[in-house]
Amino acid sequence: MTNLQSLEFFIPELILTITILAALITDLFVKKSKTNMIGWVLGVGLVVVGLSVHNLSSAPPTTLFLDMIVIDPFSSFMKIVIILSTLLVIVASWVNDELEKYRKGEYFTIMGIMVMGLFLMTSSVDIIMLYISIEVVSIMSFVLAAYLKLDTRSNEAGLKYVIYGAFSSGVMLFGLSIVYGLAGSTNYFAIQDTLSSLDGSANPALIMALLMIFAGFGYKISSVPFHFWTPDVYEGSPSTITAYLSVAPKAAGFAMIIRFFHQVFSDSIGLTSNSIGSTDLPWPEIIGVLAVVTMTMGNLVAIQQKSIKRMLAYSSIAHAGYMMLALPVLSMEAVESIMIYLFIYVFMNLGAFFIVIFVKNKTGGESFEDFEGLGWKMPIVGAFMTLFMLSLTGLPPTAGFVGKLYIFKTLVGAGSEFLWLVIAGGVNSVISLYYYFHVVKVMFLGGKRSDVITYPPSTMFGLMIFTAVPSLILGLYWNPLASWVKDSLVFYNQVM
Amino acid sequence: MENILSLLIWIPILGAIVVAFLPRDKDNLIRYTSAAVTGLQFIIAIVLWRKFDPSDGSMQFMERYEWIPSLNISYILGVDGLSLPMVLLTGMLFFIGVFVSWNIKKAVKGYFSLYLLLDAGVVGVFLSLDFFLFYIFWEVMLLPMYFLIGMWGGPQREYAAIKFFLYTLFGSVLMLIGILGLYFTCGKTFDILLIMERAPEALNGVLWWGMSAAKVIWVLVFIGFAIKVPVFPFHTWLPLAHVEAPTAISVLLAGILLKLGVYGIIRVNYGIMPNEVYWFAGGLAFLGLVNVIWGGLCALAQTDLKKLVAYSSINHMGYSLLGMAAVVAAGAMNGGDLKAAQAGLSGAVFQMFNHGTISAMLFILVGVVYERAHHRDIDGFGGLASKMPVYTGITALAFFAGLGLPGFSGFVSEAMCFIGAFPVFRTIVILSTIGILLNAAYFLWAFQRVFFGKLNEKYKDMEEINGLELFTVIPLAVITLFFGIYPGPYLDLIKATMDQIIEKVAFVATYASL
Repeated sequence: MTNLQSLEFFIPELILTITILAALITDLFVKKSKTNMIGWVLGVGLVVVGLSVHNLSSAPPTTLFLDMIVIDPFSSFMKIVIILSTLLVIVASWVNDELEKYRKGEYFTIMGIMVMGLFLMTSSVDIIMLYISIEVVSIMSFVLAAYLKLDTRSNEAGLKYVIYGAFSSGVMLFGLSIVYGLAGSTNYFAIQDTLSSLDGSANPALIMALLMIFAGFGYKISSVPFHFWTPDVYEGSPSTITAYLSVAPKAAGFAMIIRFFHQVFSDSIGLTSNSIGSTDLPWPEIIGVLAVVTMTMGNLVAIQQKSIKRMLAYSSIAHAGYMMLALPVLSMEAVESIMIYLFIYVFMNLGAFFIVIFVKNKTGGESFEDFEGLGWKMPIVGAFMTLFMLSLTGLPPTAGFVGKLYIFKTLVGAGSEFLWLVIAGGVNSVISLYYYFHVVKVMFLGGKRSDVITYPPSTMFGLMIFTAVPSLILGLYWNPLASWVKDSLVFYNQVM
Repeated sequence: MENILSLLIWIPILGAIVVAFLPRDKDNLIRYTSAAVTGLQFIIAIVLWRKFDPSDGSMQFMERYEWIPSLNISYILGVDGLSLPMVLLTGMLFFIGVFVSWNIKKAVKGYFSLYLLLDAGVVGVFLSLDFFLFYIFWEVMLLPMYFLIGMWGGPQREYAAIKFFLYTLFGSVLMLIGILGLYFTCGKTFDILLIMERAPEALNGVLWWGMSAAKVIWVLVFIGFAIKVPVFPFHTWLPLAHVEAPTAISVLLAGILLKLGVYGIIRVNYGIMPNEVYWFAGGLAFLGLVNVIWGGLCALAQTDLKKLVAYSSINHMGYSLLGMAAVVAAGAMNGGDLKAAQAGLSGAVFQMFNHGTISAMLFILVGVVYERAHHRDIDGFGGLASKMPVYTGITALAFFAGLGLPGFSGFVSEAMCFIGAFPVFRTIVILSTIGILLNAAYFLWAFQRVFFGKLNEKYKDMEEINGLELFTVIPLAVITLFFGIYPGPYLDLIKATMDQIIEKVAFVATYASL
């Protein structure tokens, strides 16, 4: 589709651009104490964006701007997940005391720009576009991570993030350039076409390229061995940003990986070793091993953490591992399971982070000691946190179980060669129980009955309810989610 | 009365919610509400029993609703001769347990709310006929149990609670993989009855890693249940959890939660993969033997009265395993001895009921003395018989029932297990009679040390067992005595269902040998 024709299908992004500009301009006119208002501007804008994404989701899949990006139900789904998590984080940012010392105008604006980048990540089908969108997101994340400029740890987080980010995107760019050299095009579909006709002599280059590209992808979803930035960045960043980084870029990252592998390297059965060009690289096994290492590492290191925020950082590495389990299969069913997992993960993970924020507001710390006796002083918060921990462990009847069920189901259904992945995943959930329930233990088993019961302030309470209800309900009744995901399982595919 | 089974599950759940919203200082109100809820559940269970048709071995009072059609998950409940006695036992023990917990002072509201949730989970497992539902209830029990042990337990409670949780979760994860294996091989359904129908044929020839998928699934699911039973070597969580848990929770743990393991093996492993029973029966009988001997020896070595009772559970569940293994006597290659198979399987099922009542009684009695002396060291007492004659009498009765004295129900079921297993596993049965000896030794020796000899001066003012405590023990004692003398009603109740399971196993064997 030509540039001009495309605009009609680019309305969500256009509205988003206007929102970002509006946010910037509003910031000029408000006092420092009133900068929460910019959050309102962005929030309302995002709701409108969400509605227009929803409107477009029923349009037939097509490419825009001369095959740069696509719109299809899959990208619409991911965009809505991103909007949802952004909205929740915006509300949380209003009540996050860490940010009180700073103007929040830029903060919200940058978040808006990040959403723009995430949108493009989910829908690009061109390696240039892909690279640009990743960079937009990365640079915005660097700034947000270092937003607490008076706090050395936040500065450290930003700096580390920049170094790792620059390195891995450099490596990725190198890989992408090799692919371009082999295929002579930057477009996914053209690449797929050429690669499938390559003979074996190009294999070394192709394998190199793939591994390098995966460095970039792995960095985005914090998969081992590209995860080293995660704990430090997550610990140093403002908690709201940590929560955001653990959810939205991860969702977009998975969308990007799925689209890339699905459209460049897989056939109708899914991702199998013989479907990647003509290489003999055991690609499913490599991703499988990475997934297992990722979750095992995340879980084992999480056990030793003293700060709950850092523990959640490692746990989010582990969750990336669970989702990666389904990548080696990459059938439609696998994509479905990752989408369901992501959607559920947004709620349970954000919920846990919101409680960390709430506790930090109250006690000024985020270590296990700060949670001591929380269940007795604030039973409701304690109960919510227990629910989130249960859900993150993946115990029924919470939503986390449904996510894991879908992933495991995909693997068992894909045949016995993937069975070891299921067993690894299962054992890992058991390991994760230990540290998640360490939180519960500290909250309930440690403390004493207190005579005064306090309740969280209303905004925080609302956020908790809004994340807790889906974390429970989706574990008991997820028909609407399942059918929505099923409808969204349509990729734009030129070969069709 | 159409949804009588749903009532059994949802009444305690509603009760848990109601209790959670009661004012937290009204301790007595909370206790009475819990008693009313569990009492109501018990009455419904009795009504169910009266309406149940024992001549029909298949599922009765079935309920079926669509739930998640995209994965073929439904809400299916049903009851048969295998689950009905367990439901009755659950109803009774949870009702009694409320009175055993009457003296809990710490966070009464939380305690009873979790207690009722546990109740719902247990009943749910016994009644559900859809694997997804089954699994949910199976896991729903874990959280309340974690808190009940971890918050209201003894000094090492936190360690005991998380160990229990980790062990059971490990088992259930393996079970989940097995369930998913069945889901895919049997035409993408979680419906247990449908899977039962399809599995022997569907699993035929399916390979996982070059092994028979059915065997892999059998073992995966078995481990999940074996941890609950607990079968050696998965038993190490049990003594710890028992010792640390508050009395009522120990009662329920031994009385019902362990039975879920045996129930699961019979329902799932036997019901769905009868073929593989032959392959594993020898191992099962051997594990039974190890449980009997190991549990007995460990019990003998204990100085803590509660730990002794805990190990006696491992010992007693060994007999049940032995009886279960006897089912293979029905197979053609073993001479098609239907009588032995019947004796063995009914013995195993009867044993789990009897152990439920007897161990519940034992734990309540240990709790009684702990309440007064604040320790359970066997050697720390002595001569209590002179101070607490009633307590001594009723403990003697419980201990005798525990050691399998004729006249008590334990004797009947243990004998049935032995008789059933004898034709097939002669050596193992002969060896496991050593267990009976050990069984008698540890109970009698402990009894002697606690009640006879010189009165320990510290306890010269020991209070006699009180009315509330008697009220919790006596019904159990009566049941134990009644079934010891006249086991007929129980065996009639389960006979049709047992026959059906045996027929299935026997049929598969003939079919396989052709």
